[in-house]
Amino acid sequence: MISLAGRDILHSWSKFVLTGIGLGLLIGVTLTMAGVYRGMVDDAKALLNNSGADLWVVQQDTQGPYAESSSIHDDVYRSMLSLSGVARAANVTYLTMQVRLDNTDVRAMVVGFEPGQPGEPGYLIAGRHITRNHYEAVADVKTGFQLGDSIRIRRHDYRVVGLTKRMVSSGGDPMVFIPLKDAQEAQFLKDNDAILNERARTTANPTLNRPGVPGLLEAIQASQNANRNVNAVLVQVSPGSHPETVANEVRRWKHLQAFTRLQMEEILVSKLIATSAKQIAMFLVILAVVSAAIVAFIIYTMTLGKIREIAVLKLIGTRNRTIAGMILQQALGLGLIGFLVGKVSATVWAPFFPKYVLLEPGDAARGFVVVMVICALASTLAIRAALHVDPATAIGG
Amino acid sequence: MDGFGIRIEGLSKRYGEGDTAVDALKDVNMTVAPGEVVGLIGPSGSGKSTLLKCLGAVIEPTTGKMTLGDEVIYDNGWKIPDLRALRRDRIGFVFQAPYLIPFLDVIDNVALLPMLAGRPNGESRKRALELLEALDVGHRAKAQPSQLSGGEQQRVAIARALANQPPVILADEPTAPLDSERALSVVRILNQMAQQFNTAIIVVTHDEKIIPTFKRIYHIRDGKTFEEKGQALS
Repeated sequence: MISLAGRDILHSWSKFVLTGIGLGLLIGVTLTMAGVYRGMVDDAKALLNNSGADLWVVQQDTQGPYAESSSIHDDVYRSMLSLSGVARAANVTYLTMQVRLDNTDVRAMVVGFEPGQPGEPGYLIAGRHITRNHYEAVADVKTGFQLGDSIRIRRHDYRVVGLTKRMVSSGGDPMVFIPLKDAQEAQFLKDNDAILNERARTTANPTLNRPGVPGLLEAIQASQNANRNVNAVLVQVSPGSHPETVANEVRRWKHLQAFTRLQMEEILVSKLIATSAKQIAMFLVILAVVSAAIVAFIIYTMTLGKIREIAVLKLIGTRNRTIAGMILQQALGLGLIGFLVGKVSATVWAPFFPKYVLLEPGDAARGFVVVMVICALASTLAIRAALHVDPATAIGG
Repeated sequence: MDGFGIRIEGLSKRYGEGDTAVDALKDVNMTVAPGEVVGLIGPSGSGKSTLLKCLGAVIEPTTGKMTLGDEVIYDNGWKIPDLRALRRDRIGFVFQAPYLIPFLDVIDNVALLPMLAGRPNGESRKRALELLEALDVGHRAKAQPSQLSGGEQQRVAIARALANQPPVILADEPTAPLDSERALSVVRILNQMAQQFNTAIIVVTHDEKIIPTFKRIYHIRDGKTFEEKGQALS
C-alpha cells in the first residue's frame, strides 16, 4: 500500500516545509526555554564546583552566602581549622555589583578570596593567577574584559591579569576575582564622607567620648572603620571525613550554620532559582498549548481542503483507519519537520544568549516525544472531521 | 459473470417520518445485464441521485430488493456486512467531475483501488497501466492529475472505476463538463469497456448529446422509473 500521507506531503511540500519552519521556530523557542532552565541549574552547580568546598560555613539562621546575605568574622576560619576532619578553610566574600571599564558598566559578582585557598578560580584560559596582595583581578570571559584592562571596583582600579571561563553566579552574572582584603574593603568600607560623618557623631557622643579615658575614642573609631567580616568560610574536609559530621560539629559548637554540597545545591536549585523555574515552566506550558493549537489548526484546515477527496476515498472503499492514519502521519510529519527546524534553530542561537543555555540531548529526546504526542493529539480534531465526511457527498445531487 | 449485472425490485426510499416524510423512490424496478450500458435520465429532484446512492450502498433503501450478479445484497435490509468492501470490490464509480486524488500520479490513482483491496503494489500498478493503455492514456501514467486535460482525467476516472473489475459501474453525469466530441468519446469508451469487461454500467445523465447513444433508457420521475427503448448509436 502506498503512503497517502507521504504522497500528500511530497505533493504540497512547500506548504509543509513553510508551516514546519514556523512551527519549528516555536519549538526552537521552547527548547531554548528548557535550555535556559538547564543553564541556570548548571550555573548553580558550576558555582559550587568552582568553589572547591565541601562545606559552606555561614551566619547562623541564614542560607548564605548565595541565597541570603551572611556576615561572619574573618577569624572564624581559624576555629574551623581546629575542628576534627577539616583539612582546609578559607574566607570568601561575594558581592554582586557594577564593575566599570572605561565608560561602561558590567554587572558581575565580585569574589574575594585568598590565593591558594578554596574559593580560588580553578583554571584559567588566559593570563595568570593573582600574585599580588592588592589591585589585581581575574575575570570571567563573559565580562568582556581583556587581559591588561583596568577595571574600577568602588574606589580602586584593578588590573585584569587572568581570564577564566564558566565562572558565573547562580543568577548568571560573570565573576570577577580579587584579593580578599580588597573585596572586604569594597563590600564593607564606607566612603570618605560617611567615615567623616561617623567620626563626628562618635566624637559628639559623650558615652563614647568620655573625658578622662584616653584612647577610648580612637579605639572605637578604629573599630568602626575596620573590615573584619566575610560572607562565608569555605571548608574542605580531610580524606575519610564525612562533611555532614563536620557540619554537625560546626552547627553544635560554633553557633554558625554549615551546609554540605548537597544542601547548598538544594538551596540553589530548589529555592534560589525556583521562581525562575516556575516562570519557565509556565512559558513551556503556554508554548506547548500554542504549538498544539497551531498544529491542530493547520492540520484541520488542510483536512477541510481535502473533504471532496476524502469523500471519494471513503466511497471507493478506503478504510477509516487508512484516512485517519494519513492525517495522523501528516501531523507527525509536520511535527518532525518542526522539531528538526527547532533543534537546529535552538543550537544556532543558544550561544548568543547572555545567560548560559544548556541544550541537553535528554531534553531534546523528551521534547521530540512531547512534540509527537502534541501533534498526534492535535490531529484528532481533523481526524474527527474526516471520519464524519459522508461518502455520499462525492455523488452529486 | 452469471445472472444479472444488477437487478432492482420494488426499491423505495423514504426520507423523514410522519407529516414531513418524503418518498424519494417509489417501487423502482430496474435490470441491467452484464456488458450493457443503460441511461438513467430525469429532471432535477426526480430521485436520480438517491437511486444512485442506494445502488452504490452509500445510503440504505427503505424497502425493496437489490441483486448484484447472483447475490442478493439488499432485501429489506443489507445482506452484506461490509458495505465498504462491497463498494471497493464490486461497484465502480465515475463522477461528474473526475475527482482524482491530486497528490497521487495517474497510475497510482488507478492502482489505489486494488491496493486497498490488498493486492501487491506491483500487480496493482501493472493492472492500472493495462487499463490506462486500454483507455489510451497509458502515456500519461506518471503525470499528475492537474497536468491532464478534462477528457484525459475522465478516462483515468473510468480506469479507476474498472480497476477492481467490478460487475457494475455507476456513472453520475460523466460527460457534464465535456464538449460534444469528448462526451461522445467517453460514452463510446464506456460501451467498449462494458463489453470488454462484461460490466453493467448505469449512466445518470441529462446530457442531450449522449441520450441517443443508449440502447435502453430508464426515465425517473417523482421517484418512479419507466423504461424506454433507445436508438443506440454506434
